[in-house]
Amino acid sequence: MKRLWEMIRRLSGDDAYERYLAHCKTAHPDRTPMSRKAFFIAEQERKWNGVRRCC
Amino acid sequence: MKKLLWFGISILGAASLGDIALARGEAINSLWLVAAALCVYALGYRFYALWIAAKVLVIDDTRATPAERFDNGLDFTPTNKWVTFGHHFAAIAGPGPLVGPTLAAQFGYLPGTLWILVGAVLGGCVQDMVILFFSTRRDGRSLGQMARDELGPLGGAAALIGTLAIMVILISVLGLVVVNALKHSPWGTSTVMATIPIAILVGLHMRHFRPGKVLEGSLIGVALLLFAVASGGWIDHHDLRTLFDFDGNTLVWLVIGYGFLAAILPVWLLLAPRDYLSTYMKLGTVAALALAILVMHPEIKMPALTRFVDGTGPIFAGRLFPFVFITIACGAISGFHSLISSGTTPKLIANERDIPMIGYGGMLLESFVAIMAMVAATVLDPGVFFAINSPPGVVGQGMDAVTTISSWGFPVSMEKMQALAADMGEKTLFARTGGAPSLAVGMASIFGNAFGRGLLAIWYHFAIMFEAVFILTTLDAGTRVGRFMLQDLLGNLYKPMGRTSWYPSVLATSAAIVASWGYFLYIGVIDPNGGVNLLWPLFGIANQMLAAIALSVATGILIKSGKLKYAWVSGVPLAWLSFITTSAAWEKITSSDIRIGFFSAADNLAEKLSLGKLPPEKAAIAPKLIFNMQLDGALTLFFVAVLWIVIFEMLRVSWRKAIGLPVPPVSESPHIPSRLVEDWVRD
Repeated sequence: MKRLWEMIRRLSGDDAYERYLAHCKTAHPDRTPMSRKAFFIAEQERKWNGVRRCC
Repeated sequence: MKKLLWFGISILGAASLGDIALARGEAINSLWLVAAALCVYALGYRFYALWIAAKVLVIDDTRATPAERFDNGLDFTPTNKWVTFGHHFAAIAGPGPLVGPTLAAQFGYLPGTLWILVGAVLGGCVQDMVILFFSTRRDGRSLGQMARDELGPLGGAAALIGTLAIMVILISVLGLVVVNALKHSPWGTSTVMATIPIAILVGLHMRHFRPGKVLEGSLIGVALLLFAVASGGWIDHHDLRTLFDFDGNTLVWLVIGYGFLAAILPVWLLLAPRDYLSTYMKLGTVAALALAILVMHPEIKMPALTRFVDGTGPIFAGRLFPFVFITIACGAISGFHSLISSGTTPKLIANERDIPMIGYGGMLLESFVAIMAMVAATVLDPGVFFAINSPPGVVGQGMDAVTTISSWGFPVSMEKMQALAADMGEKTLFARTGGAPSLAVGMASIFGNAFGRGLLAIWYHFAIMFEAVFILTTLDAGTRVGRFMLQDLLGNLYKPMGRTSWYPSVLATSAAIVASWGYFLYIGVIDPNGGVNLLWPLFGIANQMLAAIALSVATGILIKSGKLKYAWVSGVPLAWLSFITTSAAWEKITSSDIRIGFFSAADNLAEKLSLGKLPPEKAAIAPKLIFNMQLDGALTLFFVAVLWIVIFEMLRVSWRKAIGLPVPPVSESPHIPSRLVEDWVRD
């Protein structure tokens, strides 16, 4: 049940910020990560800068 | 034991296929279509996809994928294969597989069904999987980059122009589907309009109130959407209805205005939240439709083959060959998918062994959506199906349409159509071309039987809203991509134009893209023959052309990496596609039948105009229609030219390779062992 919930969160991108924080902690411990809000905006811009949807 | 199981699946598949192919005169059950499809898919996956993965592509699960090597926690991230499958399917599945089969049902249920199954298993799924594999081996590079690297600059340029062209045609034809579905339908229009403030509200929620809470925001949005469908019914019975009662010409301008706004507004405000909503609607509705078909297993009322295989069909003109293959692109093979398979998906692949399931499997599921659309179209009485989908320019209006359609042997009556329209909460269902309304009637009757008949009108408008929502998502996302490509192109001429944040450039390029598709959309609406019969074949040809470019790149790579003996895996679908695309284009250009040939139709209309044979209202629009048909003809020629340029480039590179001349090197990234594999072993 918990795994299903994690899957749904992952699929919808609900946990994107937590994953980003975890990544920052291990890969760049010296840098301050973006805030939740800044991260969300940056992600939306990045995601929609290419073909994401089809016919 | 396993062998026995696969033997059983083969027998069941063969029996189902035999049943649907040989049933004559008696109605068959839609369950046979579903069973045949599932067996064909299972066999295709087990015996073809896995064979290609092992023998042709030689998948190596010890190799680090781009997701692992460039892991940045953002776009490059090793992802669970089911999650990647979900993302990939949500990206490739659009309105295409719903519209194409509905239109092609005019030939009967058999030709379309067979092409959807064979085309997917041997063509579309293979294309998606090999492109996904090649892009994964090349750091997740795009199709355009791969074409340039592997075939040379000409191939790269062709891929870029092809993508831009298909985007424009796709958006205009989908816009036309929405306009035809909402014409004089206050319920539909108010519901679809309500999706815009709902999306903005969700956007604000995710951006300001509760940043990044995607699930929560989407849930609120979906609940509001369902409420909008229900309250549309209330508006329809209220004086407010006149506010949402538009004719085609007004709707065109509304759609164009929406497209322009969505392209220039920040993505988080409208585009992204609307995409979240449309993705949930899409996945939910597809699942509900599958469930309803399994529970209800309705009888198919359309014959296996209709008389229209001879080319006289009312929905679009042209014989079974080659037009069934052009009409159904998405669902059988869709070139557009190669952009996703070489875009977001390869950056998520955690291990190469997930590729068959995601690439081949994702397309199998889309093909199944097309089969369900075919079922929804063919469970309608054929008379009703033709009355909804035939343009007035072909069958006449009202009583004339009833007489004409009944004389074809598909009885339908005025009373029946009126009762049906009343059931669905619409004023009329005659000549609602474009496929969406007839699909909505089909879905409403299936859902109505499964989950409650009293709600037919709600189901109908739910289906219309569901289609319109993700057509509009394709429309704004496509406009945005087109804008970026145009900015990229113009940036070579004048630097500031290339800056995606420079407002004059954003406005100018957005306007240019919107004007391009807006033009085709506008002409499609004023065309008395419905527009869909002109635009849909053009879209099919463009989409198949892009597929041929992708398959050329794949074939070129296979030959260059010394796998000539397996080159048929992508070479055979490529040969078939170039054959059908070229023959369809040939007919569209040279046919003297004015319903098929673009140029002969233009000449015919010009002659009537000069002889003064046209009534004044037709004479007024005739010059526009003539120009448009000539333009469509020229575009068809252009698409075929691009197609053959890429094929010749591929053949030239292959020939040079065969006789030992230098060719562009295979651009595969070096082998780096995966560390994730060890981690998994340890887990």
